[in-house]
Amino acid sequence: MNSKLPLLAVVLAVCLSAGVPARALDANGQLEDPVLQARYERITKDLRCLVCQNESIADSNVELASDLRRQVREMLSAGQSDDAIFDFMTDRYGEFVRFNPPLEPKTLLIWGAPFLVLVLGVVIIFRIVRRRSRMPLDDEPAPGPL
Amino acid sequence: MWKFLLPFAVFVALAVLFAFGLNPKRDIHALPSPLIGKAAPSFSLTDVMDPNRAVSNAAFKGQVYIVNVWGTWCEACRQEHEALLGIARQQVVPIIGLVYMDQRDNAKEWLEQLGNPYTAVAFDTDGRTAIDWGVYGAPETFLVDGQGRVIYKFISPMTPEVWQREFLPRIAAARRAGA
Repeated sequence: MNSKLPLLAVVLAVCLSAGVPARALDANGQLEDPVLQARYERITKDLRCLVCQNESIADSNVELASDLRRQVREMLSAGQSDDAIFDFMTDRYGEFVRFNPPLEPKTLLIWGAPFLVLVLGVVIIFRIVRRRSRMPLDDEPAPGPL
Repeated sequence: MWKFLLPFAVFVALAVLFAFGLNPKRDIHALPSPLIGKAAPSFSLTDVMDPNRAVSNAAFKGQVYIVNVWGTWCEACRQEHEALLGIARQQVVPIIGLVYMDQRDNAKEWLEQLGNPYTAVAFDTDGRTAIDWGVYGAPETFLVDGQGRVIYKFISPMTPEVWQREFLPRIAAARRAGA
């Protein structure tokens, strides 16, 4: 029992630290206005780092991500809206730069696919259940003298 | 009947999907540029060789030109350098170099040692020009037409084959359209 404690401690330390470092990437510190800082964190989490494509620029420490974070910070400080910042990024890097693409005709399939699959699943289950309910109950013990 | 056809149809659909999606020749990191067909972002930077000299793409207005993004840290840029020197010798179009995420001295040394294929080499000090062009790596090569529009972007090391196949026909077409 006791011999497992150090291992447990290591596992815990690793798990708990996983959520921490995101902010430590910003050498310039936080924005002064907490409202701006909150927007900054939300926006940078929704922008894809194009070098390591499954990380957001908030989490990535490559140079491009830090350049893009600087860009977001500057645009926020200049009083630009979230939409203006996202437009700036998609104008240059395409829709792929956003983890949350806006709902548009061409992104309809991405947003609709889960519901489509859900409906499909319901239809399939419904058909199976209905067919089975029409089948004779052949797993019941045959009636007869005990 | 369709109990038999449905799995078959699903199989064909998946086969087509995988043939496209898992094709080893497809570079999954190469993203389509939203810049294609739009005006090339203008830049005015300093020359790598001489910090007092300005390099601006406005100077190439009216011409078909290419912009090649590179850095000395980039192994693939070293690979393509020979091809760029060859292209420069053909003197088809001006080649503007854009040094990305690098030190001026490193870039200078590179050009002195390996040869300079560029008509002009701009030094992107803080990465802002690269952001304007949607650069996310190196090498990247853009083709700009006589109207100042980006008409093509190639992400990967340049080779003589790529130049023949992708660039020369587009350059010829752009010149016909512009004439």
